[in-house]
Amino acid sequence: MTTATHTAPTTGRRRKQLFRRPGRTLAEITTVLVAAVVAFPLYWMLLTAFKPRGQIQSTDPRPWTLSPTLENFRRVFTVNDFGRYFLNSLLVAGVVVVVSLVVSFLAAVALTRFRFRGRTVLLVMILTAQMVPVEALTIPLFFLMRSVGSVAPWFGLNHLGSLVLVHLAFSLPFAIWMLRGFVAAVPAELEEAATLDGASRFRFTWQVLFPLVAPGLVAMSVLSFIHAWNDFLFAKTFIISATENQTLPLAVLVFFKPTGNDWGAIMAGSTLMTIPVLVFFVLVQRHLVSGIAGAVKE
Amino acid sequence: MTAQSTLAPQRDGAPEPSGRSVRRRRAHRGQARIAALYLAPAGIVLVSVMAYPLYQLVQLSLYEYGQAQASGGAPLEFLGLGNYTRLLNDPRFWMVLLNTCGFAAVCVAGSLAVGITLAVLASRVRQLPRALLFLAALGAWATPAVAGSTVWLFLFDQDFGLVNEVLTGIGLTGMEGFSWTYDRFVAFALVAGEVIWCSFPFVMVTMYAGIKAIPEEMVEAASLDGASTWRTARSVLLPMLRPLLVIATIQSIIWDFKIFTQIYVMTDGGGVAGQNLVLNVYAYQEAFAGSNYGLGSAIGVVMTALLLLITVIYLRVQRGTGENA
Repeated sequence: MTTATHTAPTTGRRRKQLFRRPGRTLAEITTVLVAAVVAFPLYWMLLTAFKPRGQIQSTDPRPWTLSPTLENFRRVFTVNDFGRYFLNSLLVAGVVVVVSLVVSFLAAVALTRFRFRGRTVLLVMILTAQMVPVEALTIPLFFLMRSVGSVAPWFGLNHLGSLVLVHLAFSLPFAIWMLRGFVAAVPAELEEAATLDGASRFRFTWQVLFPLVAPGLVAMSVLSFIHAWNDFLFAKTFIISATENQTLPLAVLVFFKPTGNDWGAIMAGSTLMTIPVLVFFVLVQRHLVSGIAGAVKE
Repeated sequence: MTAQSTLAPQRDGAPEPSGRSVRRRRAHRGQARIAALYLAPAGIVLVSVMAYPLYQLVQLSLYEYGQAQASGGAPLEFLGLGNYTRLLNDPRFWMVLLNTCGFAAVCVAGSLAVGITLAVLASRVRQLPRALLFLAALGAWATPAVAGSTVWLFLFDQDFGLVNEVLTGIGLTGMEGFSWTYDRFVAFALVAGEVIWCSFPFVMVTMYAGIKAIPEEMVEAASLDGASTWRTARSVLLPMLRPLLVIATIQSIIWDFKIFTQIYVMTDGGGVAGQNLVLNVYAYQEAFAGSNYGLGSAIGVVMTALLLLITVIYLRVQRGTGENA
């Protein structure tokens, strides 16, 4: 009797699946094809980076290579001091992440855990600040950094500090807004309990709250890292003459030449520039999506 | 040690029963001070590197500010709205504005169309193909703008590009040695392709999350009531996805309106005779290539004002959908 009652729905379901299958198979084939097309430029970049020069400067490009080589990477590191630029990029993005982590966390705590006059005004200002097209500020920032340079050379034109300053400022509004949602999600009872246990406000903030909002901090860090790492406009504007302080995006463009572009080196450089971001993205993709969704929902 | 420190304040607080409300009042007053302390670092940075430059941008746009003034060799000359009238009377500015709007519109429409289609597709397939699609999209999303631009340029290169080779191979012999950056519209299309490639993933991920959040029962109920697939999509799914759709749209508009890197790298600073200039690149070229810092600032102000307008619409719409939800 049990078997009878069980078989009826299964066959029904199976029939339904069979009926549905052709459509779904088509959809799945399409999905895989689309994925291949979307991933293709990245594959091509990686492939070209490992191709010998003769196969790149060829009117008959093939989507594979039988003689992979590191000569493009070698050229990138010797002709153009890529290791230095890689470290420069890493330094700028790293400092931006660490500083904005602390600064935006403090601001988010103040905006959610404290009651004071003008709080709403501040919140609206931070929301508006997110919409400011920072690219439009290039000209005044150029002059600002020029004057800063005469006081504190490290933060002036031609120095990495100027890039740190602008990317820190640009990443803060969104970071604060995003973290606010995460801090607000921590129940107030937790703070009361911690206070009853004798934890000071300072201790509660750093030892309880900070770890609890870790997912938000991760998402926020990744976004500020990527912003600073990918920046082209400000690096191009601020680092005018000090080639030793260039960052990766500019270093790659050196291989575009009027006499003929060195595509092998360009692709090798682009690969080196893409890998850290890609690794970051894949590692934290879950946090990233939930972090952005959390911020968007706010 | 922790036990000691947790006990101490309780023992202190115990003898005075009325101390609690006093402490609370004092805490309220102290709160503002601590809050100010916590907000200070962010405030200092934002005021000096964002608010002040924004003020300076407007100020610069009211002056004649060229190479001579920038190096301190000539006195500042106040023009009032001179830079703006110069802009409005310059046919080039109108062309650039049109370029910017048209280019942004194509990029936004493209990212939304591709992103939404793929989100729907992803919600209909099993996990493996979906994971492949998301991985590929994540890769495109993560690629730095400069790297994405160079790869697309190489794929569409006149002499060594794969695309021309394939197109010639399938019989389009006219495509041999075809330059994708020479014609104004072809060049824009190429850049738009790259921009859509790296910005559709955001739309896709957002919309996919939205679709997944719709309870299956609602779709089932609709179909039980005899609603067609189209009708279900229009009357059940679309209203539920609307808030996310608005966010994705506005976010894309804001991004695509102020694109700099892709245009700059792919069309080599604005294309043949500046045919591919957009506002951002135009402002940069006027200021740093032409040493017209005042005029460049005026362009920046125009762009900021346009984006502010979009932002106001965005906030209004978002508040509207918030009330409905």
